[in-house]
Amino acid sequence: MSGYFKELFGGTKSLFVGLGITFKYMIKPVVTVQYPHETLVMPPRFRGHIELVGDEETGAPKCVVCGMCQKACPTNCITLTGEKPEGGKKKVLTGYILNFTTCSLCGLCVESCKFDAITFSRDYNLAGPRKDAYIFDLKKRLEEKSG
Amino acid sequence: MNDLARSPNQETFVLNLGPQHPATHGVLRVKLTMDGEYIVDAEPVLGYVHRMHEKMGENRTWVQFMPNTARLDYLGALSYNHGYVKVVEQAMGLEVPERAEYLRVITVELNRIASHLLWFGAFVLDLGGFTPLLYAFDDREHILDLLESVTGSRLTFCYYRFGGLCNDVDDDFLTGTRAFIKRLRKRLPDYHNLVTKNIILINRLKDVGVLSAEMCRKYGATGPVLRGSGVDYDVRKNEPYSVYPELDFEVPVYSEGDSMARYMVRMDEIDQCLRIVEQALDKLPEGPVMAEKVPKILKPAAGDYYGAVEAARGTFGIRIVSDGTNIPYRMKLRSPTFSNLSLYGEASRGLLLPDALALMGSLDLVIPEIDR
Amino acid sequence: MTLTEPWRVLAFLVGIIAFVALNAAYLVWLERKVAGHIQGRIGPKEVGPFGLLQPLADGIKLMSKQLLVPKGVDPLLFKVAPLLVLVPAVMSFVTIPFGENLVARNIDIGLLMIFAFASVNVMGLLLGGWGSNNKYAVISAARAVSQNVAYEIPMLITVVTMIMLTSTMNLNEMVIQQGGGILNWHFFANPLMPFAFLIFFVCALAETNRAPFDLGEAESELIAGFHTEYSGMGFGVFFMGEYANIIIGCSLAVILFLGGWQSPFEFLSDQGLWGVFWFLAKVYFLIFCVMWIRWTYPRTTLWGLLNLSWKILIPISLLILLLTGAMIKVWPLITGAS
Ligand code: SF4
Ligand code: SF4
Repeated sequence: MSGYFKELFGGTKSLFVGLGITFKYMIKPVVTVQYPHETLVMPPRFRGHIELVGDEETGAPKCVVCGMCQKACPTNCITLTGEKPEGGKKKVLTGYILNFTTCSLCGLCVESCKFDAITFSRDYNLAGPRKDAYIFDLKKRLEEKSG
Repeated sequence: MNDLARSPNQETFVLNLGPQHPATHGVLRVKLTMDGEYIVDAEPVLGYVHRMHEKMGENRTWVQFMPNTARLDYLGALSYNHGYVKVVEQAMGLEVPERAEYLRVITVELNRIASHLLWFGAFVLDLGGFTPLLYAFDDREHILDLLESVTGSRLTFCYYRFGGLCNDVDDDFLTGTRAFIKRLRKRLPDYHNLVTKNIILINRLKDVGVLSAEMCRKYGATGPVLRGSGVDYDVRKNEPYSVYPELDFEVPVYSEGDSMARYMVRMDEIDQCLRIVEQALDKLPEGPVMAEKVPKILKPAAGDYYGAVEAARGTFGIRIVSDGTNIPYRMKLRSPTFSNLSLYGEASRGLLLPDALALMGSLDLVIPEIDR
Repeated sequence: MTLTEPWRVLAFLVGIIAFVALNAAYLVWLERKVAGHIQGRIGPKEVGPFGLLQPLADGIKLMSKQLLVPKGVDPLLFKVAPLLVLVPAVMSFVTIPFGENLVARNIDIGLLMIFAFASVNVMGLLLGGWGSNNKYAVISAARAVSQNVAYEIPMLITVVTMIMLTSTMNLNEMVIQQGGGILNWHFFANPLMPFAFLIFFVCALAETNRAPFDLGEAESELIAGFHTEYSGMGFGVFFMGEYANIIIGCSLAVILFLGGWQSPFEFLSDQGLWGVFWFLAKVYFLIFCVMWIRWTYPRTTLWGLLNLSWKILIPISLLILLLTGAMIKVWPLITGAS
């Protein structure tokens, strides 16, 4: 019998303690970020999709079309083309397509590039209605960015 | 088993729990044969998210398999990263710098806390309490922020490299981690007062879904499920790896074997993880985070290697067979929840539906890791 | 007021339906706000200031949705069930005194009538679950019935205690007896009353299928329970019924224990609209508690529920009944009053 009352008392008490805790949290300020109105800045190491890096002066892509990134990618989402301009010695990038739909954001491509020609974007607002919106033409993006 | 459920000649019906059911947290389907609300038989049906990770491993280089390991158990990805780099390093005979090992332990344990916190929330959600989930997510978010600042991603980390880490940490991470330890220690009592001591929760978990140590052994259950049944087995202690032997921590073991015991094991583990992280932060040596002589193209000597780590849900074992080329010959993953789930059929027999769901929640299932 | 009787009833009916619909809409808003803040979030905020137009948007969404009648359901039961939940709840409002003279029908057996209607409510759940041709819904319907049966007993015992105390079943009469300040409320009538109130409140939670007794719609077990198959307004009506029942439960608790429309202190008026104010203030406070409880506790199981009912609530409520009876009879003998 005393066990019964002990359990009853203890149980009821635990319920009121619980109410106390939720009340405490209710009057605390909210912790959420009101997303579309406020946004967070991603830390510098944030791994978004990849982006070509332009030369600081000319704005032309630093990529030398060595193809290491393409080889490193586990899911073959990088397609790049380059050609040697007439008379030029070095290859010039003509197209850099990232198929973001299969990218696993592993970062192996960036690590494998010895020319610092690609980097991670910090953009995370990626949403779109169609799949082909995620076939990024990185060269074009770079050109648009450098204006 | 209750007498009610035993009544002969009673009509039974089949209830498909899943593949889209709020309690299966993903795409697990359990085919329940029910007699009223009693479960006569339960048969987990797998394969809805099968992605053939093991086969994928045979089609890519050793390095390229790294991101796959993060996609098995997406809640405790770093343990799986760790298991994989560990076994390949073993095969290659690579020495990992001490700082890298300490940082591995710190990040793995933070990841384990995050995983347990999410489990805590989801488990209470299975039991019908919604609010603790969001409190747990709040704390987990802090861990993810910390991990994101060093690894660059929040869930499917790919942080370790053969021979070390891809990045060193900065001071912000170290101070942030210390601040987080303080914060979580302050909040854990609230969790216990709100949930652990709640009479409704105790009544729902005590003596529900009792798993004997023998049953756990029979099905190969590991991790908190096994430790909740009174078996003191933790890979970190029993087959020490990394720098765990230098750290002082306990392995919580409860002998009751019921859902409450599994709950308590995980909650106590959060405490222990905090202890480990704290010590590792204190002892963190200076130095490089990457071994010096890591070949560009990895070609482990031909042979058969196995390594295991303690993941948040149990023993994650990985066996690799190398034929001396840069592509694995065979990759076999032993994922803990697959074994933990396989005892569900036997253990849930005779339980009421809500109790069976409490049992399922207490096993802490992550479906992509079961299906691989 | 000079309205003739039929007009009066009609006016009240329209008023009550508007009250119920508005309340259902805004209680959802309130619930979401309360839940949000308890969980460190904000809750609805996009539609209108503070998300105040959210219920409107939700209502339009629900109404514009197609009313699906799945294959294999019993069409009649399926369509009648939501109404069976809502209509009795609306009917119960007829006897609730919102203010001294603000009651649609001041009948002498008001309390009895409310309980009569309350037991129809469970029929709605049962038929809805049964008619849906869905296994989860059937399990949920069976649960809802056993739950309601188990909880009607302690609730009625407590109510009988109150009837003994007040010797009337007229709700307005009960409130009038509690006039003259907070200490005259039945909550303080004798030391046992707080317990009786607690029991009544717990039973009201269980009767209205609210957490932690929401076994009927246990979303982590039974998807959405008896209304799994309902879409659009079918679901909407169930929802309105649920909130109407909560208001009824809380109103009854206020009338029985917390002085109805009486103001807590004598110097504060409870005439006219002030009475309505006090009544609603108390009711909403209790409703807030209901929500607060929902967002704090995990769900019980059927066993836990029946254990609570038979091992704790029924014995204690019986004890309270006996002791109160004894007090009423014996106390006057001791003090020598007639
Ligand atoms: S991040 Fe990984 S998957 Fe994505 S493009 Fe680079 S290498 Fe390929
Ligand atoms: S590795 Fe770098 S330089 Fe080579 S192709 Fe890729 S982006 Fe260009």
